[in-house]
Formats: sequence, structure tokens, C-alpha cells
Amino acid sequence: MPTAFAPVSVPVRVDEDLCIAHKGCTVCVDVCPLDVLAIDMVKGKAYMKFDECWYCMPCEKDCPTGAVTVDIPYLLR
Amino acid sequence: MNLMETITQTVDVLVIGGGTAGPMAAVKAKEANPQLRVLLLEKANVKRSGAISMGMDGLNNAVVPGFATPEQYVKEITVANDGIVNQKTVMAYAQNSYAMIQELDSWGVKFEKDETGDYAMRKVHHMGTYVLPMPEGHDIKKVLYRRLKRTRVEITNRLVATRLLLAEDGSVAGAMAFDCRTGDFHVIRAKSVVLSTGAAGRLGLPASGYLFGTYENPTNAGDGYSMAYHAGAELSGIECFQINPLIKDYNGPACAYVTGPFGGFTTNSKGERFIECDYWSGQMMQEFYNELQGGNGPVFLKLNHLAEETISTIETILHTNERPSRGRFHAGRGTDYREQMVEMHISEIGLCSGHSASGVWVDERAQTTVRGLYAAGDLACVPHNYMLGAFVYGKFAGEGAAARCAEVELAPVDADQVDRERERVWAPLSRKDGLPPAQVEYKLRRMVNDYLQPPKVTRKMEIGLARFEGIRADLDRISAAGPHELMRAMEVHAIRDCAEMAARASLFRTESRWGLYHNRVDYPKRNDAEWFAHAQLKKIDGRMACFKRPIEPYIVALDAQDRNAYAHLRIHQDDGTPAVPATVEAAHAE
Repeated sequence: MPTAFAPVSVPVRVDEDLCIAHKGCTVCVDVCPLDVLAIDMVKGKAYMKFDECWYCMPCEKDCPTGAVTVDIPYLLR
Repeated sequence: MNLMETITQTVDVLVIGGGTAGPMAAVKAKEANPQLRVLLLEKANVKRSGAISMGMDGLNNAVVPGFATPEQYVKEITVANDGIVNQKTVMAYAQNSYAMIQELDSWGVKFEKDETGDYAMRKVHHMGTYVLPMPEGHDIKKVLYRRLKRTRVEITNRLVATRLLLAEDGSVAGAMAFDCRTGDFHVIRAKSVVLSTGAAGRLGLPASGYLFGTYENPTNAGDGYSMAYHAGAELSGIECFQINPLIKDYNGPACAYVTGPFGGFTTNSKGERFIECDYWSGQMMQEFYNELQGGNGPVFLKLNHLAEETISTIETILHTNERPSRGRFHAGRGTDYREQMVEMHISEIGLCSGHSASGVWVDERAQTTVRGLYAAGDLACVPHNYMLGAFVYGKFAGEGAAARCAEVELAPVDADQVDRERERVWAPLSRKDGLPPAQVEYKLRRMVNDYLQPPKVTRKMEIGLARFEGIRADLDRISAAGPHELMRAMEVHAIRDCAEMAARASLFRTESRWGLYHNRVDYPKRNDAEWFAHAQLKKIDGRMACFKRPIEPYIVALDAQDRNAYAHLRIHQDDGTPAVPATVEAAHAE
């Protein structure tokens, strides 16, 4: 069956200057209840891979460098 | 995908779900017998999983000596749940409530105390005093995690349990799961299993249309309800839906439990109070619904009359606990508690015994009707059990599961069950050009809203059942691009089971009860002559069957005044007429 990709704005933002995923940090990925964050292996930075967010904020609270910001998803804002 | 493996391991006690009840069950099983292998299997990460991933702002049902007795609490919950309770289960909770608070306190969970060191209890319920604030309750998961480490409970994260393994005699023999990172299939053999997978929170679709903007942690998709059902366990009170008053568009409570004791209250658009008591009951939700629909809406939480110190205290509690992004939501809309009232709305429907009564049937020792299977927390049917009830029943379940290990042998694995389940679980990965899981989920949950959301209409629910059958066929057409999408695909299976259960149980009970939770338009009256009974649901010969289970004789008697305490939650005007338009009054259940 034919499918299409529809872009969506995602609620979790990662400040790549602060993110230390390239040093092996995976805290935000580890704590997310919905497993929606991932590490971009080329860039060595965390990012939101799936738009399935409960905006619960462990990723932001537990990030050791303050690189993660959780916005309210646009549909709810 | 041929790199995926099947991994088999054997433990004594398997606890499925590492949120609230699960960690307690695992710790208590291990404490009961440190020689046992106890495995806590978690879909997310135990450090931050479940309903209390960001902590909790208070206990809603603390039975503390000097403020309430277990008997008073049993009465309160019996009345709040319109009589349909197995009082023994509520009593077992109430008698162990205070000891659990003290134990949590000794572990480092912080509860509010007054200047003399006594617990600072607050009144929110209609009759008694049961709310104990936890203004510093944000680190409760850390406390639990430390206990898990100290007692040497084994933990696996990111494993999604999909079916229980059964022995030849129908008792539980373990569970099957898959890894949502690698797709590996896991067979975990165990002598006893504790099911603590939380609510069915992804049943209704939030009004925002955002699939994951649910009241419950959306990781809790009803997996446990589905697993218990397929294992042949009895479920109870599924028709008693969970519907909560929330901030409009935001999925957290506003929250009257926290703000009520400080002087906050729920009003209509005229700024008038319309409910006597903010404790969440179906009766209260019916009044809330009437106000929203009846021309006096929207409904608001009013705090802007309070003093600055009070408001900043409320902000600190509400914006650091349970749902801390609440503050960010208000900021985005320009809502300041000092200036504006907070617009409220009602949540999507869900199944959750923590708040209402829908769950897997358990006795007062957390045993389900399947031998060796225990259940605790939001998915176990102990009405209005909340977080503290999850801990208490988690303790019962863990202790019971440990004791059973001394009595039984490990059952052999039935290879057929494993083969069938692995085929079902892996199927979406090998299917090309199938339906995306998110699209099927959206449609299913939109249908849940269209056909099951109260007020419940017989014809609509029948159409809903037909639609859910249609979606059953779609399940065999879902494809998943990887293990993460596979998790979403298998969750759709569980959500569909829960939707069908919700429809069948609601059709079965041909009366109205629990206010909005089971407001049946075609049967508007409560009918105690025929329906003073539990409505049970069970898989019999491969089909969903409903039947009545008589209510055990009460151990705490109710007098006439108690009985009606929750029947009159609407504030009456001075002339004695209820402050509600006649049309709405006629439409809603007695």
C-alpha cells in the first residue's frame, strides 16, 4: 500500500552545543518512558526520533548538561 | 531481521511492570526469601517509568490513626463506588495503609508533617480525611530504585510483555516478551507472576487528537488487561470507566486535591461553585459533565482569590511534581493563577482501578483467578486504590508470589504457545507494505470516543463492537519498520482488546451506575434489584463472556445517610431547586 511522510514539529529540542552524546552519554534516551529519543551516530547528538511524547520531562530533568528542552506538543499548546 | 534471537531464562518470581506496585512486589518477594530469583521486567526504564515517573504530589487515600479508621475508609469507598465493592479487598488495603506510609517514610519518601511531626492530613473526600500531601514527592522513583538495588532484585528494561505462559493445568508458568530495541523474543519461565502493568491509558483519544496526550502515562496501553484476559483471568467492573477532570488541552489535573485544602475550588463560567466535593467519583464527574454541557460551562479551577504566598506554594507543588510541564503549558497560554481561572475539561476514557474500579479481579491477597498469577496497582480491581493502594497490593502480591515458590514446581514450557506467540509478535516485521501502527491506533481510538464515551447508548456501542471487529482484521495487515514500531503495533492489539472489553461490559450492565462512568441513556436508573453485583468478563471458549459475580456480604454496614452521601454532590440553590437546567437533569442518571 502506498504511504507518504508527513512532517510534524516534535516537542523535544536538543541543544547540540551542550549535548555530550558523542562522549557516550545516553541519559535522555535511557529514561524516556516511551523510548522516543535516539542518538544520531553521525553527529553524536541526541534527537527526538518519534513524535510520541508525554511531555513528562525526565529527559530534561536528568540531562547532565541541560541540553534538553521539552516543549508542549503544538497540538496542545 | 534474521538476526533476532529467542532468549529463554528461568526465575522464581516474575514481576511484569516496574512503575509503582511492581517495584514494591519485587522488593517484598525478595525480602520474603532472599534466595529466590526475582526478576522485574519493565517496558520502559524502572528509574522513570509508570504513573509516578516524575513523582507524586500526595497520597489520596491515607488511612492515618486519629484521622480515620479502616472501617470509615471502607464505608467511604463503598459509597463512592455505589456499593459495588468486595469490602474485604478495600479493608485489607485500609488496614495496611498506615504501616505502608511508615515504611515508605523510613525508606526516605517525604510526606508533609506539621510542627509536632504528625502527618499533615487534609480533607478532600466527601466524608472522611484521607489526603496527605507530598510537596517533595518528586523523587519517589529514586527511593524505590535504591530499594530494588539494595534487595538485589534483577531488572530488565525495554522488554514488552505480550502474553502469559500457561501450564497444562491452567496455572501461570511465566511470560513472553520482546525487546523494543532489538526485536529479540524472550521466554521467561517462573513459578509465580505478578502483573502490575498499570492502567489502560491509551483507550480513548484525547480531544487534542494527540495520541500520547493521555491522562495516564501512555506507556500503559492496557497490555496487562489484555494479557490477563488471554490467560483466562476474570476481569471486573470494566464498564466503570475512568474519566477525570483535567486542565483543558493539558493532560494533568488542575488540581483540586492539591489546591482544595488551600482554598481553591471548581466553578462554572459564572464563578459559582456547583459541586460540594472535589473528590473524583463518577457522581462528581456527572455534575462536571452537566455543567460543561448545560450552558453554564466551561468549568474552571479558581485560585485567583488566594493570597500570593498561597499561590506560590501551590505553584511549587504543581510545577515540580507528577506533571511538571503543567507550568510550561500555563506559561504558553499566558495563564497565571494570580490573574486567570484555569479552564478545565473532562479526559478521554480509560480503564484504571486506581481511580475508578475497572481491573483484573483480585482477592484480598492480590490473587487473580489464575493460579500463580497476582495483580496489583492500577490494573487490579480494588476500587479507588491510588498510589498507596498500589504499594499495599504490590506488597501482598510479592509476598504471595514468594510463598508460592516453596509450594510448586516449575511447569514445563509448552512449545506450541511459544511458537504461536513468536509468530504473532514478529509478523508485523516481515509484512511489507502494511498499515502503519499509528494510523490503526488513531482510527481505533477515535471509534472508542465515537461509540463508547458516556453517556453510553446501546445502539452506538453495538456499532462500536462491529467497528472493533473490523479493526481486528486490520491487525493482520499492520507492518512495523523496526522493533520500536513493533512495540506500537503490539500495543494496538492490546488497545483493541480493551475497547472490546469496554463495550461488552458496558452493554452487559443494563442499568446506570457510578454517575458519568456508566451512564446508560437507555437504562437511566440504578437498578439494585438486578444489578447489585459485580459484572465480570472472561475468555470462555475463545470468546469474551460476561457474567455476574455476587457481592460478598459487607463487613462494614452502611446506614441510610452514608448510602446517599455521594448521591447529592450538586450544590442546591437557596430555594431548594438544584442549580442545573431541567433538560440536563432529565437526561442524566438518577
